[in-house]
Amino acid sequence: MNIIVLVKQVPNTTNIKLDPKTGNLIREGLESIMNPDDLHALEAAVKIKDKTGGKVIAVSMGPPQAVDVLTQAMGMGADKAFLLSDRAFSGADTWATSYTLSKGIEKIKDYDLIICGHQAIDGDTAQIGPQVADWLDIAQATYVNDIESVDENEIVVKRRLEHGFERVACKMPVLLTVISELNEPRYPHMGQLISACEQKAPIKVWNAADIGVKTIEVGLEGSNTHVIKTFTPNFKRQNELLEGSNKEVVSDLIDRLKKSDTTIAYRL
Amino acid sequence: MTIWIIEDKCDGCRRCIKACPYEGIEIKDGIASVTERCTSCGACIEACKKKNAIESDIEPRKIPDFSDRQGVWVFAEQTDGKLARVCLELLGKAQDLAKDMGHKVSAVLLGKDVSHLIQTLHDHGAQNVYLVEDDLLKNFRTIAYTNVIEDLVLTYKPNILLMGATALGRDLAPRVSRRVGTGLTADCTQLAIDPDEKLMFQTRPAFGGNVMATIACKYASPQMATVRPGVMEAAPCKLENPTLIRHKISLKEQDIRTKILERVTQKKPGTDIIDANVIVAGGRGVNGEQGFAMLKELADILGGELACTRLIIEQGILPHDAQVGQTGKTIRPEIYIACGISGAVQHTAGMTGSRYIIAINNDPLAPIFKLANWGIVGDVHEIVPEFIKQLSCGGAS
Repeated sequence: MNIIVLVKQVPNTTNIKLDPKTGNLIREGLESIMNPDDLHALEAAVKIKDKTGGKVIAVSMGPPQAVDVLTQAMGMGADKAFLLSDRAFSGADTWATSYTLSKGIEKIKDYDLIICGHQAIDGDTAQIGPQVADWLDIAQATYVNDIESVDENEIVVKRRLEHGFERVACKMPVLLTVISELNEPRYPHMGQLISACEQKAPIKVWNAADIGVKTIEVGLEGSNTHVIKTFTPNFKRQNELLEGSNKEVVSDLIDRLKKSDTTIAYRL
Repeated sequence: MTIWIIEDKCDGCRRCIKACPYEGIEIKDGIASVTERCTSCGACIEACKKKNAIESDIEPRKIPDFSDRQGVWVFAEQTDGKLARVCLELLGKAQDLAKDMGHKVSAVLLGKDVSHLIQTLHDHGAQNVYLVEDDLLKNFRTIAYTNVIEDLVLTYKPNILLMGATALGRDLAPRVSRRVGTGLTADCTQLAIDPDEKLMFQTRPAFGGNVMATIACKYASPQMATVRPGVMEAAPCKLENPTLIRHKISLKEQDIRTKILERVTQKKPGTDIIDANVIVAGGRGVNGEQGFAMLKELADILGGELACTRLIIEQGILPHDAQVGQTGKTIRPEIYIACGISGAVQHTAGMTGSRYIIAINNDPLAPIFKLANWGIVGDVHEIVPEFIKQLSCGGAS
């Protein structure tokens, strides 16, 4: 069984620093990592391969340096990797990104299963998986937290929902998006990492022409949505000390919460 | 596709830098200079109209005429014949949007035997309800629902389509957006109509909430967005002549390609502190397990979750996944109530992104007060019970 895993290189948003003066994001020195959910997608793929045989193929769209996450993927057990990289791809929204990825996948052609992380920590949209599935016209299962059985015809998965879960049987080929509950990702294997880093590393880079897309269909030009502006949320802290008896300060605090622009304000 | 600066015309006014969403332009030696981050989006050219110091070879993209796209639609999510609350909240927002555009609000209801929900939708602002009932729509399945909504959108041509950012909505909305050939903005916190172009401005957090981005979908229709539950407010209203439109579509089981084997409702295991809107956190100043039981009571009343500093984990009072800070989780709740927490940087590293921080501590010099919006100097074991008391008897006395 051939399994394609979609991975993304993201800035480590848990370590984000803001410029104390302007409140802007400081991008310099921002560490790049593999998107956390994607680690679980890779782990799931390698586990299935161990049972059924076949190949795990990692695919990423990004700038040339995104090759790092593909190297890491190979260290974790991927057999091949493709980086879709072209200046024309930059500035893409999820429409253009999912189109580009699906064209790359169509070129790889021979796959039974696609697994990706539920969402990326830099955008948190969770849109790429379902959109790729629709471009390719295959079934999808999102929020997967357990894979019960898999063969050439069918996969049975558990999906985490707000108030429980459901068990779903999907006809192959299918695209899964997985959440962290699914498994514990392995560490990259040193030997595999070293061979992945060697010159002959089977990481191919494909540009727009390679996957047969026009530059007006991808990147910023091919996008349907556009960023009009970005701003830093301005949550000024008054550092105000409330004074009075316990009863007074608490009632003062509740009043302030009621007037705040929060979702619980009207419930108090 | 490039952008360049006419150096003689640029006076380094920085307007372009403010306009650039991507940090694609900077000031070098007193004049603007395009950086590697530039995506050729053209925002700087617009900002520099007066001085005309920025030029490009980008052909302006044509905006299609969408004047035949009418109506603000809300997807009426239901499970087992019960409406998701978020769709009533969306209907509340849809009324504002429709008013600003001069359009009507409609709800889209899919399922089997769900006609008892129609009145509720009308009563929350849906002038029209599009109803599609079919045996195959009994339980939500992505492809079935996508096929139906695609057909509705192509037939009735709405201008805006909103869905809740629930597990179901986040599965369905991206698939629908791809199918009907439009853009989608996830998890919006604000939606507004731009008075000039009548576009819907969709604002959402990015980079883990560190940055807000306002997004528009000019070149495709309908304009689609998802909104998290609890962000908008429902607005019940009385409508004259509400309309029901029954739509028929033929679905085939084999096209749907998934089958639900079982659906299990589980008792809520508690929200991950990363997703909680309200966090009540305790530190050294909270008296052991008893103290945390008290904090838990407060968290429950506020619909929030319990969190703590590292010390509390080491004492075994709370499980590991409740730790906030450098070696724990980074969270951005709307409200963070720090009880008996001094505010060491190892802890605060994980919570400074909170929208409102409330500090309760008996040491007026504790650094946490410097971070807080509102501070109360006092004993946690007196303040919190008073807080619980006032909240339980319906607010301040």
